[in-house]
Amino acid sequence: MTLKQPQIDLSPKVSDEVRQTTCYMCACRCGINVHMKEGKVAYIEGNRDHPVNKGVLCAKGSAGIMQVNAPSRLRSPLKRVGPRGSGEFEEISWDEALDMAVGLLKPIRENNPEKLAFFTGRDQSQSFTGFWAQNFGTPNFAAHGGFCSVNMAAGGIYTMGGAFWEFGQPDWDHTKLFMMFGVAEDHDSNPIKMGIGKIKARGAKVIGVNPVRSGYNAVADEWVGITPGTDGLFILSLVHELMKAGKIDLHYLAQYTNAPVLIDSETGLFVRDTDGKPVVIDRVTGKPAAFDQKGVRPDLGATHEGNRTVMQLMAEKYLDPQYAPEAVADACGISANKIRKIAAELARVAFEEEFELDQEWTDFRGETHSKMIGRPVSMHSMRGISAHSNGFQTCRALHILQIVLGTVEVPGGFRFKPPYPKPIEAHPKPHGKVSCNSPLDGPHLGFVHGPDDLMLKDDGSPIRIDKAFTWENPMSSHGLMHMVISNAHAGDPYKIDTLFMYMANMSWNSSMNTRGVIDMLTDQDEDGNYVIPNIIYSDAYSSEMVAYADLILPDTTYLERHDCISLLDRPICEADAAADAIRWPVIEPDRDVRGFQTTLVHLANRLGMPGFVNEDGSAKYEDYADYIVNHERKPGIGPLSGFRGENGDKTGRGEINPEQLNRYIENGGFHVEHIPTEASYYKPWNAAYQNWAVDMGLFDSPQPYLFQLYSEPMRKFQRAAEGHGDRQPPEHLRERLKSVMDPLPIWYQPFEETHVDLEEFDVHALTQRPMAMYHSWGTQNAWLRQLHGHNPLYLPTKLWEKHGFAEGDWARVTSAHGEITVPVAHQAALNENTVWTWNAIGKRKGAWALNEGAPETTKGFLLNHLIHELLPPKGDGLRWANSDPITGQAAWFDLRVKLEKADAPDVSQPTFPEIKSPVGQGPDQLQWKVGK
Amino acid sequence: MHPAASVIIFTTLSGLGFGLLAWLGIDATPPTGWGAFGYFFIGFSFAVGGLMASTFHLGHPERAWRAFSQWKTSWLSREGICAVAALIVMGLYAAALVFFARHYVILGWIGTVLSLGTVFTTSMIYGQLKTIPRWNTPMTSVLYMTFAITGGALLSGKVAIACVLFFVAGLVQILWWKQGDSAFAERGTDLGTATGLGDRGTVRSMAHPHTSPNYLMREFVHVIGRKHAQKLRVISLILMAVLPVLLLMLPFHHIFAIAAVASHIAGVAVSRWLFFAEAEHVVGLYYGMR
Amino acid sequence: MTELPQSTERKLGLVIDLDTCVGCHACVISCKGWNTENYGAPLSDQRPYGEEPMGTFLNRVHSYEVQAPGQAAQTVHFPKSCLHCETAPCVTVCPTGASYKRAEDGIVLVNESSCIGCGLCAWACPYGARELDQAEGVMKKCTLCVDRIYNENLPEVDRVPSCVRTCPAGARHFGDFADPDSNVSKLTAERGGMDLMPELGTAPVNKYLPPRPKDSWDNEESILAPFLAPIAEEPKGFLGWLDKALEKI
Ligand SMILES: Nc1nc2c(c(=O)[nH]1)N[C@H]1C(S)=C(S)[C@@H](COP(=O)(O)OP(=O)(O)OC[C@H]3O[C@@H](n4cnc5c(=O)[nH]c(N)nc54)[C@H](O)[C@@H]3O)O[C@H]1N2
Ligand SMILES: Nc1nc2c(c(=O)[nH]1)N[C@H]1C(S)=C(S)[C@@H](COP(=O)(O)OP(=O)(O)OC[C@H]3O[C@@H](n4cnc5c(=O)[nH]c(N)nc54)[C@H](O)[C@@H]3O)O[C@H]1N2
Ligand code: SF4
Ligand code: SF4
Ligand code: SF4
Ligand code: SF4
Ligand code: SF4
Ligand SMILES: [Mo]
Repeated sequence: MTLKQPQIDLSPKVSDEVRQTTCYMCACRCGINVHMKEGKVAYIEGNRDHPVNKGVLCAKGSAGIMQVNAPSRLRSPLKRVGPRGSGEFEEISWDEALDMAVGLLKPIRENNPEKLAFFTGRDQSQSFTGFWAQNFGTPNFAAHGGFCSVNMAAGGIYTMGGAFWEFGQPDWDHTKLFMMFGVAEDHDSNPIKMGIGKIKARGAKVIGVNPVRSGYNAVADEWVGITPGTDGLFILSLVHELMKAGKIDLHYLAQYTNAPVLIDSETGLFVRDTDGKPVVIDRVTGKPAAFDQKGVRPDLGATHEGNRTVMQLMAEKYLDPQYAPEAVADACGISANKIRKIAAELARVAFEEEFELDQEWTDFRGETHSKMIGRPVSMHSMRGISAHSNGFQTCRALHILQIVLGTVEVPGGFRFKPPYPKPIEAHPKPHGKVSCNSPLDGPHLGFVHGPDDLMLKDDGSPIRIDKAFTWENPMSSHGLMHMVISNAHAGDPYKIDTLFMYMANMSWNSSMNTRGVIDMLTDQDEDGNYVIPNIIYSDAYSSEMVAYADLILPDTTYLERHDCISLLDRPICEADAAADAIRWPVIEPDRDVRGFQTTLVHLANRLGMPGFVNEDGSAKYEDYADYIVNHERKPGIGPLSGFRGENGDKTGRGEINPEQLNRYIENGGFHVEHIPTEASYYKPWNAAYQNWAVDMGLFDSPQPYLFQLYSEPMRKFQRAAEGHGDRQPPEHLRERLKSVMDPLPIWYQPFEETHVDLEEFDVHALTQRPMAMYHSWGTQNAWLRQLHGHNPLYLPTKLWEKHGFAEGDWARVTSAHGEITVPVAHQAALNENTVWTWNAIGKRKGAWALNEGAPETTKGFLLNHLIHELLPPKGDGLRWANSDPITGQAAWFDLRVKLEKADAPDVSQPTFPEIKSPVGQGPDQLQWKVGK
Repeated sequence: MHPAASVIIFTTLSGLGFGLLAWLGIDATPPTGWGAFGYFFIGFSFAVGGLMASTFHLGHPERAWRAFSQWKTSWLSREGICAVAALIVMGLYAAALVFFARHYVILGWIGTVLSLGTVFTTSMIYGQLKTIPRWNTPMTSVLYMTFAITGGALLSGKVAIACVLFFVAGLVQILWWKQGDSAFAERGTDLGTATGLGDRGTVRSMAHPHTSPNYLMREFVHVIGRKHAQKLRVISLILMAVLPVLLLMLPFHHIFAIAAVASHIAGVAVSRWLFFAEAEHVVGLYYGMR
Repeated sequence: MTELPQSTERKLGLVIDLDTCVGCHACVISCKGWNTENYGAPLSDQRPYGEEPMGTFLNRVHSYEVQAPGQAAQTVHFPKSCLHCETAPCVTVCPTGASYKRAEDGIVLVNESSCIGCGLCAWACPYGARELDQAEGVMKKCTLCVDRIYNENLPEVDRVPSCVRTCPAGARHFGDFADPDSNVSKLTAERGGMDLMPELGTAPVNKYLPPRPKDSWDNEESILAPFLAPIAEEPKGFLGWLDKALEKI
């Protein structure tokens, strides 16, 4: 009785309709095809035509369907009825909610706009939220960059007019040696994986510099298990070896960098001509000349009137034996032999595997080159080097390494994505002039050129609540969101009235010292009033932070709203193209929620904010979609660059096109404009690129510039610390500024190491992002949380054996600041003095609509309890910030701990009282099928 | 392997039931009338009860009839067919004895062969699995058959034979354990061959695919301590073989007889629990477990 | 249909490149998404928001470490789904005929409407490629996306398994192993594609490409030394070299 092979339907209908929009399970912003059945989301796949992901999709992206049906979604505006932190809320109408918000905001705007602190976390509409804040008039606006990766962004922009992260990418098609420093996942998640795949398919080599060997570092051909915080030393040692061997690209250095610029021996500032242009010595004439003079052949080794070139200062600094491989090997945990081999391989690939592209191009000095010379070495780096207190200088050092090899913006090297490259001169400076009932004098954030640009009041006190752009962290280009709550609580520099936050889980995984932050949010004065009087918050889900707000403005999920991924902000460009994108409501919300940007428009209209209302007080924009289409930053330039002009045939600059959003939707949710081939490399100096950028509206005029090996703005701060100029730092910061503001990259020991007993706290502790989870968001996702429901602390073999750990054991982990008790696991491929865990897996009971006993709350944990925003007291009467002294970037990865074996507690420690869930709990079983 | 109650009950009881039926089938002077009814009732209820228990773990018991179709390749299918055939033939044989006091010798012999065949096919369901080296030996069939025959002898009141068989069963059981303890290692399957990475060094599982246990881990990975297992083995042997012999050697009393049967059944059940609990599926390797 | 076909016309399967897989789990979730909405019953999840969540997955990614004495340990991310074995033991044990291997392309499938959920096929599979869905009570396994690869409602480029289409690193390849010129046959030949547990005689169709040799710089003596021959030990010598070198360009 054998059955016949069954007949199956090989061509079932896949869906009724495909709607193309942009993923937001993370900030990579891939294009997605949302397959719809019966009006519901049935299946999500990558969009093959999309410039970012070209069809692929990560785990989070594919799990989007579980995000839009998550039980944790907020359902309507909420007004707090219990004490802060209890989670007791009452659902209210939007009218009530907006009235409440306006009731708080209106008097602030009329009387003292700085009493509003508006900080937006993982915001992708910063050009809009910033515009809102500017029109409100508060100086207190920033997004989360300060605790995220400002070192990386600022280090890159100050040095070469752009950074890794999402500002650029390796030339994946040509590179032969790819070196990665401290990257677990990054924002460019899918492109990096695709790139590594391409490199691997060609059999090219990948070097991974990371204390932990997982993910990208698992596939690295050579793993460099560096000691955390020492990359600067390692990189400068590579620079040392390369310079010593003369393996540097002299032509490149002479033409495209400030290596030949003369430094005034007295001031340490550039020697400038009468037009203010930095001066070089022309090898042809032997005379001084402006750096950009036509036909000039800058001399790298010149000395003129006692003033030497940057190149000479570099030789003096980096040839010093303190940077020899032998001298740094122990500190870095890398053998001298291996450092030398890496240097040699960099030299070999850069110079022996040099290649040419048959492509003519003309540089900014007017000279035409018949070829583009390729140096197929490329690099990428992220928070592993930036989230340290020496991160800014380390990021600069890394760029110096790339630049001396001549691999930036050349074939096979590292390439910028529009709107980068962009020198600091093309960025705004910070603004902070407040007047009641009117807009701020300019955009909040920017790039200071020296002490004059600091955001200080006349009495020297900080203008901003987060103390950005002060002597404590002069070049804090992204603000310091992580200091807002503690400063507001301390009333230092001043008290605020309302804290308005968006999309940041500040009472949990995005804060250092989580317990302390919770206490600050709930602290009351003698009269029983909260010390931070009012908190408004917008989230889409029932996160830990929701419980700490007085008013919740619930957002939609990413498939239910309009969003704009704009060239004015953080677009989705490629090295070969400018691209931007939208999200649009592919489904309608089934709850009483609104897109947050639309809510901001509604608030602005009710507050009568300029920029949002016409002379007669009527609203300019009905909602965010309306704003996206009709707002113009400058005539012809708006949030979206594609399909502009009456017929939608203009790109970059062009009149408003009422049909613009529909055109984007028809086009798959994005728009791409390719860079002409002759403009595709050497962008900072390539006349064709500069002209294209002007046409696109990225600049108003060509902005060619030199790479800043030597940073003049830093020298200006250093000089002030040395006592020059009228704006002087406070005494206690003088010495520090003198040393860290070195205009040529240096390495110094991470601050925590100089504040704690290193014999006692002998272990480094880190976190990594899991590729399949996005911070705290993944936990509400039924599919993703099965991958990472709890997070062991991984220990290297040495520590595993030293403490006699076995599978299933727990450890007490103590830092100078706190203590946690958590499950441990063994990992051999790990720096021998480092432990680590996945970031943001631990959750608070009651949050995220999880049921009781969820492993995130019983075995999951946060490392954040061990990290403080301030360093432990040193006895000098001061509390130093646990951050980079230049940018204020939070130094998450400086953490030092000690370990002990511990009896397994019932649940990981510390614990917090359960929050009452404002949305109930999820179901016991899922059998999710939309179609039948 | 997860020692599921349903499979333990199934293999224990149906083994005994078919063992009893097998003895009844070849009995030259079988009981008739109510006496026969008693014996056959016990045989059938154990056999059928066991089979019923085995359907408890099915995801779709209502489709169980489909399981008869694949006798060409599937031992589970063959077992089903054998079991049904044995029950039908034995049913006719029993009916003749109970209701008509007629003894169809041939029918009995066929029934015996089918009954033993059922036990054999059951054993082959386990014995065929290369994935579980401990089971994957002809000795598994010997073990199952010996147990069935022994239990059947006991239940059918063949005390003398049973006493000899207790000894044999105990011996087979010990041999099976001994062989089983080294079977996994002898198979040569380890995480190295499972991943193909073994020639590069020692392979270790660092992280499971998911942080909580999945179906595979619950079904296939069951860890019991060695000491614990040794204790249970001794208990099983005592209950299965030693105690029944002692009880049967006492002056005959129904209580002692029933106690002997109960002890034997309990011993077999413990043995079966160990049969599953100690069995290591190769898939455990992927999880760094066995 | 539990007799295995004598031979199949095509041998469709996957090549998984362990040198490239970064362990991102994209294939895991993409598979879950496609197969929840498509072939057979949805892949259910028990306690999806609670303690010990446990769902059905047809593809899972393990993480291993490999260490040779005296060398740095390596991490290998290891995706695993059904290998569509040529002598699939899971098929022959099935009592109902629900499990079968397709004669035309070798795909091993479960016909869910005849499956009784006895679990025996999962016992017979060495690789843990079959999972009994706890809500539906039927056996689930990788279908090689049989409802995609021939699906005329999909554009031709998309007629590949969901996991292959989504893999960001390009570590998964789909093709016909019966054709020596196919991408999968070539990759297997070039990169030494391997079988898992060959000793069990299952003759898996899917092949794994081993990681390339790694960490050669930890031990081997430097053949790169010439690239670092010093031109100067201190700044002065460097300037002299600089001057000469600049003459040349
Ligand atoms: N120990 C340790 N801590 C760290 C880090 C680390 O490496 N180690 N990294 C730090 C870094 S770099 C960062 S960026 C932060 C990230 O920390 P957060 O920015 O706090 O991270 P998320 O968990 O993404 O939380 C953002 C909030 O946004 C909400 N949300 C999600 N989608 C939407 C939406 O569509 N609309 C709205 N309105 N809200 C939404 C979520 O529910 C969540 O409450 O963590 C920091 N914390
Ligand atoms: N899937 C996923 N993607 C994300 C996020 C997410 O949560 N999930 N978050 C997004 C956000 S907000 C950010 S900021 C980015 C961050 O992207 P990444 O920078 O890739 O993120 P981290 O996980 O913080 O990675 C830090 C890495 O640096 C290593 N490291 C730590 N200290 C050192 C050191 O001193 N030297 C070296 N060489 N390495 C070191 C750590 O081991 C780790 O691998 O990712 C973004 N992308
Ligand atoms: S990387 Fe993943 S989560 Fe992020 S946008 Fe792309 S698909 Fe979505
Ligand atoms: S999607 Fe690709 S890279 Fe990611 S785990 Fe799967 S096979 Fe590996
Ligand atoms: S991998 Fe397992 S389920 Fe797949 S064919 Fe082979 S034995 Fe069967
Ligand atoms: S579970 Fe289903 S497919 Fe597997 S052997 Fe049993 S009947 Fe066959
Ligand atoms: S081929 Fe299809 S069913 Fe199989 S693992 Fe890949 S996505 Fe899942
Ligand atoms: Mo971040």
